[in-house]
Amino acid sequence: MAQIKKSADTNVHQLNPTGSAIGDTMVKIAVLVKQVPDTNSKIQISGDRVDLSSVKMVMSPFDEFAVENALLHKEAAGGTVTAITVGGNSADKVLKDAKAIGVDEIVRLDCTEYMDSNAFQKVISEVISQDGYEVVYCGKSSADTGSGSTGPGVAEKLGWASVSNVTDIEFTDGLTVTAPVEGGDAIINVSTPVVVSCDKGSIKVRKPNVKGIMMAKRAQVEVKSVSPNTSSVTIVSQSMPAEKPAGKKFEGGQSAETVVQLLRNEANII
Amino acid sequence: MTETVIIAEMHKGKVSPTTNELVGAANLLGSNCTLIVPCTDSSVADEASNISGVTKVIAAKSSLFTNYDAAAWAQALDSVAPQGIVVTSASAQSKDLAARIAARRDISVVQDVISIDGNTLSTPIYSGKAIENVSINGDVVVSIRPNVFAGADNDGSCEVQVIDASGDLSTAVKELVERASTRLDVSEANIIISGGRGMGSPDNFSHLEVIADTLGAAVGASRAAVDTWAEIPHSMQVGQTGKTVNPNLYIAVGISGAIQHLAGMRSSKYIVAINKDADAPIFQYADYGIVSTWEEALPVLGNALSNMLS
Ligand SMILES: Cc1cc2nc3c(=O)[nH]c(=O)nc-3n(C[C@H](O)[C@H](O)[C@H](O)COP(=O)(O)OP(=O)(O)OC[C@H]3O[C@@H](n4cnc5c(N)ncnc54)[C@H](O)[C@@H]3O)c2cc1C
Ligand SMILES: Nc1ncnc2c1ncn2[C@@H]1O[C@H](COP(=O)(O)O)[C@@H](O)[C@H]1O
Repeated sequence: MAQIKKSADTNVHQLNPTGSAIGDTMVKIAVLVKQVPDTNSKIQISGDRVDLSSVKMVMSPFDEFAVENALLHKEAAGGTVTAITVGGNSADKVLKDAKAIGVDEIVRLDCTEYMDSNAFQKVISEVISQDGYEVVYCGKSSADTGSGSTGPGVAEKLGWASVSNVTDIEFTDGLTVTAPVEGGDAIINVSTPVVVSCDKGSIKVRKPNVKGIMMAKRAQVEVKSVSPNTSSVTIVSQSMPAEKPAGKKFEGGQSAETVVQLLRNEANII
Repeated sequence: MTETVIIAEMHKGKVSPTTNELVGAANLLGSNCTLIVPCTDSSVADEASNISGVTKVIAAKSSLFTNYDAAAWAQALDSVAPQGIVVTSASAQSKDLAARIAARRDISVVQDVISIDGNTLSTPIYSGKAIENVSINGDVVVSIRPNVFAGADNDGSCEVQVIDASGDLSTAVKELVERASTRLDVSEANIIISGGRGMGSPDNFSHLEVIADTLGAAVGASRAAVDTWAEIPHSMQVGQTGKTVNPNLYIAVGISGAIQHLAGMRSSKYIVAINKDADAPIFQYADYGIVSTWEEALPVLGNALSNMLS
């Protein structure tokens, strides 16, 4: 597995609002974090919508890597990290979680209504450009939609480069990232401004310490109001997946022979 | 009727068979289907001209299609593609491209579509624990899950137009690190055999590799295997924090079937499970379950397969 290489000492995980600049540049970094149901939770339908009222909400798993990469970037280059979420009041928790890990600022774009990808990406990209961010980190896909549209879509709206499914990052002049391609991995140079969609890589995500948790408790969420465009894609209903008919179960290793026959004669796949 | 525009799915520089499924899906969304083939050598587009249901093939020719660059590909393909509903595969790269093209055209994207009924599209949400049905109004970009839609036949014929496409590169590939093994990656394979903690040691994955080589399959792993053994890289991980796969056949060996593993593979067309615990949750999702240790079952499986395929 590739090792992450960093151009600065990243063992120092203190909360330092300005970071320690290597050059004169102070990078303004944004990280998008989303609140989603814990992946262990049972999803239930009530009427024709998913009912999340009794589900534990957590930071979407890949966003943890996005936060970690954003913090590593700040430590390597100097700058600030702002965590941004789009949601209602209840989404403040995911911002506080990011704050406890070490981001500098936390911003919520206040919106509870459904937005299709186009409306959603517009809302995000407007804030990114108005507030002058130079790098955006996000998850490669969120655990609820699984769509993976936000990173590349926001980049396109901003006219920026984007790299997705990134597993490792080296913070050089621009960024040198590792991402899978057909047959292996590509090591790609990209300069800022850029949107980086993060996969799990070889980095370990840091856990909040007591000081971080205390700071997060006191931290103020900056709430911005947004006025999304109308969506052209609308949700008609949400439902449970069709039940798969019960399969066939056999006892003992010898039955593997029968299964191979079935794969050919019943399933027609080999 | 609605115009549809398909971006051909490419594999090793050629039009991949998945493209026939994209045509099948596009024909449910509209008519007059233009197939765009991103290529460096336009002759590869000729093969696509016999896919039935395609009205016209456009070979979008450019040296920038050598390596994936999201911004440049979206720009180049947008410039040659007519307006309409754009259809791509839901492979990791094509989903990324789909999102970029949609944003560029100021329209929305619906990813991972698994069924189409008029203007209503269905996609899995919460990693397949539920389904969302959305209605589309006007042009959108849709990415189609592989191995779900019936593929169009290859008995058509249509005109191939070659257009030089161009775009501004925003990334530079410094190095390509080829995988040590010649075996496919789980994200590319139509058959996957995965091992879990029940394999006991990373060395035992060699038993899975033998079968993978017989089948032309990829070898995958559960997170427990990846986290426990340094020899099993994360690139092999299937699941919530690994890869989402939709192969024709998924063989789970020594994998219990935790919800986060299912998240990555439950939409496989056929699932075979080998597990010594008859109550392992994976059996609820398996089309064919074998209650046995892998030590006992894998040699039998391997022999039966090589007898059948030789
Ligand atoms: C946020 C989050 C994300 C996660 N993401 C993923 C993910 O992407 N992918 C993933 O896989 N997991 C993921 N997990 C972990 C998941 O919850 C399970 O812990 C994991 O899938 C278990 O792996 P396993 O089935 O290999 O191991 P176990 O659950 O330990 O199962 C081993 C199985 O092997 C069987 N067995 C033992 N010996 C033999 C033998 N000799 N022959 C046959 N069978 C045998 C046992 O009966 C048992 O069923 C995630 C968890 C969390 C919280
Ligand atoms: N509501 C949201 N608020 C903040 N970030 C989001 C939101 N939705 C998506 N994102 C970001 O975009 C990534 C990809 O999401 P998606 O495109 O929905 O798969 C997530 O991992 C987040 O980083």
